[in-house]
Amino acid sequence: MTAIQPPLSMLLELTHRCPLQCPYCSNPLELARADHELPTETWCDVITQGAEMGMLQVHFSGGEPAARTDLEDLLAHTKAKGLYTNLITSGVGLKPARLARLVALGLDHVQLSLQDAYMKEADRIAGLKGAFATKQAFAAEIIEAGLALTINLVVHRHNITRVGAMIELADAMGAQRVEVAHTQYYGWGLANRAALMPTREEVETALGVVETVRAHYRGRMRIDHVIPDYYADRPKACMGGWAQRFLVIDPSGDVLPCHAAKSLPGLTFDNVREKRLSDIWTGGAAFEAYRGTQWMPMPCRDCDRREIDWGGCRCQAFALTGDAAAVDPACGLSPRHATVRDLATSEAAAPPPPFRYRRMTR
Amino acid sequence: MSAPALTGASRPRLARGVKRDIDKARGTPILQAPERVLVLDEVADAILQRCDGAASVAEIALDLAAIYHAPRETIEADMLELLEDLLEKGYVQA
Repeated sequence: MTAIQPPLSMLLELTHRCPLQCPYCSNPLELARADHELPTETWCDVITQGAEMGMLQVHFSGGEPAARTDLEDLLAHTKAKGLYTNLITSGVGLKPARLARLVALGLDHVQLSLQDAYMKEADRIAGLKGAFATKQAFAAEIIEAGLALTINLVVHRHNITRVGAMIELADAMGAQRVEVAHTQYYGWGLANRAALMPTREEVETALGVVETVRAHYRGRMRIDHVIPDYYADRPKACMGGWAQRFLVIDPSGDVLPCHAAKSLPGLTFDNVREKRLSDIWTGGAAFEAYRGTQWMPMPCRDCDRREIDWGGCRCQAFALTGDAAAVDPACGLSPRHATVRDLATSEAAAPPPPFRYRRMTR
Repeated sequence: MSAPALTGASRPRLARGVKRDIDKARGTPILQAPERVLVLDEVADAILQRCDGAASVAEIALDLAAIYHAPRETIEADMLELLEDLLEKGYVQA
């Protein structure tokens, strides 16, 4: 067995506080409260450790990372360590003066979410009136500052027919990259699956639109496209493979192989307050559990794609089969594949139930 | 409005948010880009180092032809192939 390579990047969920309430949020249903968040010095120490391990990029995420008043300190520290920095933001609540400070500190890139091409619909999905207009103004500030901008479009049954208009809007906002992300059904997305699931026909039309406009934006705006699992034939290489290149640290300091890993039963997660990040990466039980190909069931273990898709997604396998080590049902070779398609088809055919908005329980 | 195909007269530059860097842990030149890292070989790094938006592909090819003792035409053709691919993927603009 070859030595374990360090991850390329880490995503820091600085907080679960967020002004938006998107019903497909990747955060867990049980959101961490502010008094459980790591203090500034612990985050800085974690970033130092990441740089020493050989990581290249740090993603500041949440919740809304700007809800942390020490975001500037964390960014300055990360730049001092020579790492590439990415701010994944709602764009709501980040005032121009503060953005200017982040730019001056060397912020490299911003990823901004956009909920819909239409204001009223976008605000309804975000659960916040005025969010759409605020995001438009924020994007203009990003471009004015000369920063690189990615617009993240989460696609579901309420906006999928407008995917072309959303891409057009992203271009008008000045994005050089757009991420068309069909909803992933974990956490809040899973809780809202029936409210979000599009039909197969809608998905196929949207895939066609994206492929058609891709050539139009060549050399101007790159389009990354995350294919919807429930209508796929082969699973995605989730996280580029479990514990291969990426880790997530949640607001409390637990280190996770992916955003949704806490949904898996039986895994224990180490915390940066107690262990070194490099020890957690190379020897932590949660990382060891599904790293590589040893854990794989048949037919994954013999599959010639086993080191391409790395067995797909463990959280999805668990959500759909109750067994985290099962074949990902997104794969056509899973015995559950047809069942999952039928499930998606029937949910999409029924009228959408109301959203269960992402909120902290009081 | 997609970008026209690159020619010897194009003056490519790294896209916003894209930076040349050295991956010290793995000992290789890289491009750091939004949510992506591209590992470069020595030649690609030498090309991208010169893509400053001022120099044309033809000029860079001439420069590299002297350094690598190779025909300028061959280098220019290889450069255009590489840069088209990087433009497609959003690392480079022209």
